[in-house]
Amino acid sequence: MNYSLTTTELIAKIPDLKVGDRILLSGIIYTARDAAHKKLESLIKTNQPLPLDLKNSILYYCGPCPAKPGKVIGSCGPTTSSRMDSLTPLVLSKGVKATIGKGPRSKEVVEALKKYKALYLVATGGVGALLAGKVKKCKIVAFEELGPEAIYELEIKEFPVVVGNDINGNDIFTKK
Amino acid sequence: MREISAQKIIETVSELCIKANVFLPDDVSKSLETSALNEKKETALGIFREIIENIKIAKNSGEALCQDTGIAEIFLKIGQDVHITGGNIIDAVNKGVYEGYKKGFLRKSVVNDPLERKNTGSNTPAVVYTEIVPGEKLEIIVLPKGGGSENASTLEMLAPLEGWEGIKKFVIESVKTKGIKSCPPLIVGVGIGGSFSSAPMLSKKALLREIGSVSKNDFYAKKEQELLNAINETNVGPMGLGGNVTAMAVHIETAPCHIASMPVAISMQCHSCRRMTATL
Repeated sequence: MNYSLTTTELIAKIPDLKVGDRILLSGIIYTARDAAHKKLESLIKTNQPLPLDLKNSILYYCGPCPAKPGKVIGSCGPTTSSRMDSLTPLVLSKGVKATIGKGPRSKEVVEALKKYKALYLVATGGVGALLAGKVKKCKIVAFEELGPEAIYELEIKEFPVVVGNDINGNDIFTKK
Repeated sequence: MREISAQKIIETVSELCIKANVFLPDDVSKSLETSALNEKKETALGIFREIIENIKIAKNSGEALCQDTGIAEIFLKIGQDVHITGGNIIDAVNKGVYEGYKKGFLRKSVVNDPLERKNTGSNTPAVVYTEIVPGEKLEIIVLPKGGGSENASTLEMLAPLEGWEGIKKFVIESVKTKGIKSCPPLIVGVGIGGSFSSAPMLSKKALLREIGSVSKNDFYAKKEQELLNAINETNVGPMGLGGNVTAMAVHIETAPCHIASMPVAISMQCHSCRRMTATL
């Protein structure tokens, strides 16, 4: 199925979405890759306040290129999701409802997605110039010192993703 | 003897870094367009459409093809009759990388230390390979190598008795388990022979070959086609979501090796196979 959904609509529709569904997604998402995950883990484990509310949020595994003058953002495609697998159950337990990246996830993540009723969405890697055009606003919300690995809040419009794992344990990478 | 100034190297490397990250080589974009014709599934076709559209957008806007503008891998072929003036050649390459990545608004993806992991903010140091060749020219190739595909690259010291079947099995398994994460359709560089340290270099040099080129050795030219066919039967497909095109090319490079050894290295290259060459 093909859908055009806001992030709020996506979250409401999670139980209905299935592996292979193609979605043009609009709304707010947050970038977070390896270093940002490590910082979030440290804050969560020491019960400190987080720089963003993870409840009902969507994380995008991405470290963008710097924006050229007059541009919102530079090239900004997804990075390999499996590097975040070890910390994904933790962020899902804090309310993250979807993650966006590329490549397959671990069994533990597939189980955690079932448990927390969250989705894994796949974006096409290596098309960062195209995806930059889908980002309407961009600001840093945390960990500026990490440079490209900081957490950026992105307002996206019709950003193309495919459901990679649904809440029933289905996996696009093994069930093609 | 011919003199080449360090300044000229800085300027050339800087320009190559920017161009390599924005303009995909013709052989790669043509191969992507041809490969798309082999797909029927809507998901795979959708990915090919995005990839081809992205090449046009990058070319017209000057935006990087991919946010992962890589660690800058620089291959220098230095003519033995060349004299570099006004500075150290490696420093000049690094200054060129620094300037190119800054001027091109390219992502800085290099950290100072594998464990401390502070971004150097300049995408330096580059990884520089030098080769001394006859003549008085300097060839510079810039290969921005993304982390995703580099992480999927691998080496196995196979036993000689495992033979071609052992090599084939290792390549196919690596594509299924690792290549799937590194933005297929891939170019798979296979280095066979040499030693533990030289086999990976063979596999990486294999990535510098144009798509459509075949091994100079007829035996390995056939083996390249055999591996490509087998890889494309895995149904890994574009971005691992299933399809007929998992790889666009397999390039094999070989070297003599020890009687006890058969090193096999695989360099995975994502579909955004960026490389740019200049000869001074």
